[in-house]
Parts: sequence; C-alpha cells; structure tokens
Amino acid sequence: MSSLKEVQLKIHSVKQTKKITKAMNMVAASKLRGAQSSMEAFRPYAGKFAEVLGSLAEKAGEDASPLLVPKEEVKKVNIILCTSDRGLCGGFNANLIARVREFIEETADRNLEITLTNFGKKGRDWARKSEFSIADEYLGVIGGTFGFNVASTAGRKLIDGFLDDSYDEVYVVYGEFHGMGKQVPAMKQILPIPPIESEEQEVDADTPFLAEHICEPSPDELLGDMLPRNINIQIFSALLETSTSEHAARMAAMDNATKACDDMVDELTLLYNKARQAGITADLMDIVGGAEALKG
Amino acid sequence: MAENIKLEIVTPEKAVVREDAQIVMAPGTEGEFGVLSGHTPFLTTLKIGTLHYKDEKGIERYVFVSGGFAEALPDKVTVLAESAERRRDIDIERAKTALERAEKRLASADKDVDIIRAQVALARAMHRMSLAKV
Repeated sequence: MSSLKEVQLKIHSVKQTKKITKAMNMVAASKLRGAQSSMEAFRPYAGKFAEVLGSLAEKAGEDASPLLVPKEEVKKVNIILCTSDRGLCGGFNANLIARVREFIEETADRNLEITLTNFGKKGRDWARKSEFSIADEYLGVIGGTFGFNVASTAGRKLIDGFLDDSYDEVYVVYGEFHGMGKQVPAMKQILPIPPIESEEQEVDADTPFLAEHICEPSPDELLGDMLPRNINIQIFSALLETSTSEHAARMAAMDNATKACDDMVDELTLLYNKARQAGITADLMDIVGGAEALKG
Repeated sequence: MAENIKLEIVTPEKAVVREDAQIVMAPGTEGEFGVLSGHTPFLTTLKIGTLHYKDEKGIERYVFVSGGFAEALPDKVTVLAESAERRRDIDIERAKTALERAEKRLASADKDVDIIRAQVALARAMHRMSLAKV
C-alpha cells in the first residue's frame, strides 16, 4: 500500500488538474456563446441569399456560369479541411480527419490527385504527415473571431483554381453543429456548384414570384455575380459551424474530464482514509502490546 | 405623404440597418436608383458606394456598402452586402492604411500584384474616406 504522503500528493495533483479542466470548460462555454451568436447573425444573410439565388437559378440558363459545369474528367480534387487549432476537444479533429480518409478510400480506384486546403492546425499537422500536398493553410481562424474576408480570400483562390483547371472538384469537410452533444463531420461539394434547389415553395406565399422582378443586369449576369459569392458563403458557414462545434466538443470533453477528476479524488480519498486507518490501528496495536508487556 | 418602406441591410456578420425609411437611394451597377413604397419588384447588383435613406423622422442617413446586391419589393428593400457600415461606424484609420497599401500595390512593378483587386481595394478605401468626411 502506498504511503500516506504519496496518496496525499496524488490527490492534490488531481485537484489541480480538475481546476484546469473546469476553467477550460467555462472558457469553452463562453466562446461557444460567441460562436453561436455569429452563426445567428449570419443566418438572415444566408437565408435571403439562398432564396434569391434559388429563384434566379430557375430563371437563368444552365450555362450561366462556368462554375456550374462539371469537368469532363475529374483528376484533381481539393478538399477544404476545417479542424480546430487546438486539441483537448475529444475526438473532434480525429473524426473530421477520418471523414477525409473515408472519402480517399472510397475514391481510391479513381486515382485522384488530392490536395488539401487546411483551416486549423490539427488538420494541417495531419496533412503534413500524410502523402497529400497542402495547397493552402489558414491558422488562427477557427475557434476565434473572424470576418467574412477570410472566407472570400479562400473562396477566390479556389474559384481561380477551378477556372484555370488546377482543381476539377472542390469539397469541404467540416464539423456540423447539431446541438451541444452532437457534432457530425460532414462533407459537401463546393465546386462545380451542385444544382441549386429553389426554395420557392416556402417563400411563395409572402413574396411575389421572382419572374415579375426586373433584373439589372440580366438574370444570367446576376447569377454569374452571385455564384462566386455563394461559394464564399458556403465556406464561411462551414467555418462558423466548425468553430461552434469545436467549442461544444471541448466543453463536453472538459466536462467529462472534470467528472473523471471527481471520481479519482473520491477513490484516492478512500485509499487515503484506509491507509490512515491502518496506520492508527497499527499504532494502537503497538501501544496495547507495549502496555501488555509492561504488565508482565 | 407616401407610406414608409422597410429597409434591411445585412452582412454576413450582422444586420447593419433594420428600420423604416421614407425613401432609399442605392448605387446600382447600372446607375443609382431610388425606392419608395410601392416599387416594382426589382433586383440588382450594387457598386461600391454609398446608400442613403431618409429615416422615419426625415433625417438623412448614409451607409457605405460594398460587394452586394439589393432586392426591392413594394413594401421592403433588402440589401445583402459583403461589408456595410453606417457613416459613424467607418474606421478612418483603417481606410487610410488600406488606401496606402492599395496605392503601393498599384505603383509597384511586381507582376504578382492583382491589379483588379488592388483597384477594388482602392475604390473601397476612397469611398469610405469620402463618406466619413461629409
């Protein structure tokens, strides 16, 4: 049995760890609120944009923009991998990376040439060790506060890459936020732009049908202008979701860690008390034994 | 007096303006246009520039907009812009540094410089500054 002193030290150290995990939990909680309110603030923009885009897409021709046209042969694929910069958030990053691996395995027979655009250090570190080359990396974005310009910078590079045939397809892998306890690694195609579903049915009732809109310039040109923006929106929304998910994942992980600390402290305290009791018993035995001996 | 029209200016980061206006004047790519209540449904892209409107009390308000488009409906104008700021929120110092940076880029002989981007940045900075000084 370990000595009293050792157990005491161990208890102390576990308590210290608990303080840290608890503090991290609270920090994550407050950052989560920030991330959620950014998501909230983004929703009206994204919603309106999708609505207008949907109705425009119906009006405009199929070949309104080269971004809509799939490449005949798909060889070069770019994956935007959104992960967090920092660890201690459970399996969050590992799950995202696993999603990329899954895609790679599924497409192994197509001989794709895969490059990565990394948001977040964890994904970058993984990419460095893997056999795929990194086209671009953005650190210090996810998990903090960032503006739309981050997404539009990345978006522009990818669009340029798509147009000059550096990439034939672009995907994004990100952590979809489904609530506090649930973050799902999701994968979405960004380029070529998948057919846009119109959300006309929902909005028909209160807004007049867009066919009556006067468009300036023509619907085709408008669509051509909006599609690249839409890509930026997709990227921005992926970044926001990943940020929110990261904080939620960290909160859960730190919550578990704090609970585990509690359990350990309980166990160790029990052990400590047992050792102390054993010590007292031994001492008593000594005294009693000594007294008996004196009696003679 | 015509009825007021709802004006909404939203960016990806926040809703900048959400209030009733008497009239809205916006810089469309094919020319500036004004919207009163009862306007025909209309959709257009916007230039980098200044949108101004009269609020409920008839006070003239100015908003800088860039990279956006506007949808006008009989009772509502929605502006979606990549960036938008009310005049009082414009950061002059930031605009100044952006201006200098863009000028430097345009002046340099470096072939890697994206001329169009630099010109757009220049236009944005100049508009912000001129609006802030009004």
